[in-house]
Amino acid sequence: MQLLSFIFRRILHLLPTLLFILIVVFVLVRLLPGDPASAILGDRALDADVERINRELGLDRPLYVQFFAFLKSVVTGNLGDSIHLKIPVAELIKKRLPVTIMLTVMAALIAVVLALPLAFVAALKRTKPADAAIRGVFQVGLSMPVFYSGLILLTVFGAKLRWFPVGGYGDGFLDHIYHLFLPALTLAFSLSAILMRSLRSAIIDVLDAEYVQFAKAKGIGPGLVLMRHVLRNALISTVALFGLSIGTLLSGAVITESVFAIPGAGRLMIESIYGRDYPVVQGMTIALAVLVSLTFLLTDLVQAWLDPRVTR
Amino acid sequence: MTETANHRATRVRGRLPRPLVIGGSILLLSLFIGTFPALFAPYDPNVFDYGALLQPPGFAHPLGTDNFGRDMLSRVIHAYTIDMQIAFFATVFAFVFGTIVGALVGYAGGIAEVLFGRVVDAVITFPFLVLVIAIVSVLGPGLVNMYIAVSVVGWVFYARIISAEIKVQKQLDYADAGRAMGYTHMRIIFIHLLPNSITPAVVYWMTDMALAILLGSSLGYLGLGAQPPSAEWGVLIADGKNFMATAWWISVFPGLAIVLTGLGFSLAGDGLAELLRVKR
Repeated sequence: MQLLSFIFRRILHLLPTLLFILIVVFVLVRLLPGDPASAILGDRALDADVERINRELGLDRPLYVQFFAFLKSVVTGNLGDSIHLKIPVAELIKKRLPVTIMLTVMAALIAVVLALPLAFVAALKRTKPADAAIRGVFQVGLSMPVFYSGLILLTVFGAKLRWFPVGGYGDGFLDHIYHLFLPALTLAFSLSAILMRSLRSAIIDVLDAEYVQFAKAKGIGPGLVLMRHVLRNALISTVALFGLSIGTLLSGAVITESVFAIPGAGRLMIESIYGRDYPVVQGMTIALAVLVSLTFLLTDLVQAWLDPRVTR
Repeated sequence: MTETANHRATRVRGRLPRPLVIGGSILLLSLFIGTFPALFAPYDPNVFDYGALLQPPGFAHPLGTDNFGRDMLSRVIHAYTIDMQIAFFATVFAFVFGTIVGALVGYAGGIAEVLFGRVVDAVITFPFLVLVIAIVSVLGPGLVNMYIAVSVVGWVFYARIISAEIKVQKQLDYADAGRAMGYTHMRIIFIHLLPNSITPAVVYWMTDMALAILLGSSLGYLGLGAQPPSAEWGVLIADGKNFMATAWWISVFPGLAIVLTGLGFSLAGDGLAELLRVKR
C-alpha cells in the first residue's frame, strides 16, 4: 500500500516537470534564428508564400493559442513533419530513439560490469596501492572527453586493428551490438568513473556499519556478508546516482553518435539544429526529456525496492 | 587505519592534502602557460609552413605539425589561453548567480523552495549538453554565446548546494541572534550565513571548471564553441580527426592537454574538499 502511494506520488511529481520542459522547448524553438517559412521556401521566398506557410503552421496566431495547440498535439503524439526529410517527426523518433536507447543501455551495462568489481577491490584494499591505481585510472576517465576517447578507440580498434566497424549501426540485433560496442565502451568509461567513485565510498561506509560488524560476528562467511549486506546497501546510493547520471549519459551519447556516425537520436538532433529543422529539434528534445524522466521514475522504484524506507 | 584517522594525522602534521598539492601545481602551471603562451611556444601557432606538412614529432617540432605545417606544440600551448578562459568564464557567472539565488531560496523556504525544486528537477532531467547545444544554436556558435548557454543552465547546481546549506545554517542560534539584534534579512543571509555555507560550492566550482573544459572542448569539436583558426583543444582535435590513422599527433596531444588540465582541477577539488572537510 505504501509502495503504491509512493508510485502514485512519484508519477504525479513527473507532471509539473514535463510541463516545464514543454514550456522551455516551446520558447526555445521560437527563439531559433530565421523563421521556419524561409527555411522551407529558401531565402528568395515571396511574402505571400511566407504568410501562407505561417498560416498553415499556425504561426500567425497568438502565442498562448500556439502553446495550447502545441500541448494538444504533443499529448496526441502528433509532432508535425520534418521540414527536410518530409516525414512525421513521430516516425523519426520511433526509428532513431531506439538506437540511442540501445547505446545507452549497453553503455550502462558495461559501466556497471567495470565499476562494481573494481569498486569492491578498491574499498576492501583501501589506501593500498591497488586502490590508488584503480582510482587513478578512473580519475583519468573522468577528465577525458568522450569525443577524444571515442576517436582513439575508433582509430585503434576500428581503423588500425579492424576488430570493429568504424561506424554505422548494422542490420539485425547481434550486428547492432557489434556496431555499438566501441561507442558504448567509450560512454561506459566516463560513466563507470562516476559510479566507481560513489560505490567505493558507499561500500566503505557500509563495511564500517554496525550491522555488518554484527553479521561478521555471527560467523557469516565474508563472501556472503559482502553479497547480502554490503552489496545491497551500497547499491542503493549507486542506483540513485545512476538516475542522476542519465542526463550526462545521454549528452555523451549525442557526441558519441557524431564521432561514430551512428544514426541515433543525438546525431539527428545536431543535424537538425544545423539545418534549422524545428519540428525535429522540438520533438527530439521532448522525447529525450521524457526518456530521462521515465528513467528517473524507474531508478526511484528500484531504490524503493532495495530500501523500503525511501517510500516514506 | 580508517580514512578519517588517516586524514586527521595528515592535518596534525600541518601538511596540505597531496591531491591539492599536485592538482594545484598543475593548475598554477597551466595558468602561467595560458597567461604567457609566447614565452613557451617555439613558433607562431597560426603560421603555415608548406615545407613541413604533417611532420611527426621530432627535434624541430616536438609535437609534430598539422596538415598546414603549423607547429602543434605552439598550438597546444596557445590553446591554454582559451581553455583556461573557458574554465573560468563558463563557471563564474553560474557560481555567483547560483550562490545568491540559492541563499535567498534556502533562507526563504516555503513556496520559493517548492518552485525552485521544480526548476532543479527540470534542469537535471534535461540532458545538459542537449540544452546547451539548443541554446548555442539559438544564439549562434562562439565562445561568448557558449558562456551564456552554460551559465543559463549551470547556476542551478550551485543554487541547490547553497540552499541546502543555508537551510541548515538558518536554524542555528547565531542566525536567531542576528534576528534578535534586529538585523535585516539580507545582512543575516549575506554577512552571517553565507560565509558559513559557501565551502561546498567552492569545492564544486573546482569540479565544475573541469567539466567546463570538457564541455567547451566538446562544443569546439562539434563546431559550436571556439571557432577556427583560433587554437582550442577541441577544435585542434577536430582538425586532426581525419588524419588519425596517418598523423595521430595532431589530435592526440591536444587531448592529453585536456586530460591533464581536467585532472588538475578535479585533484584540486578533491584536495580542497579534504582540507576543508566537505563531505561529497
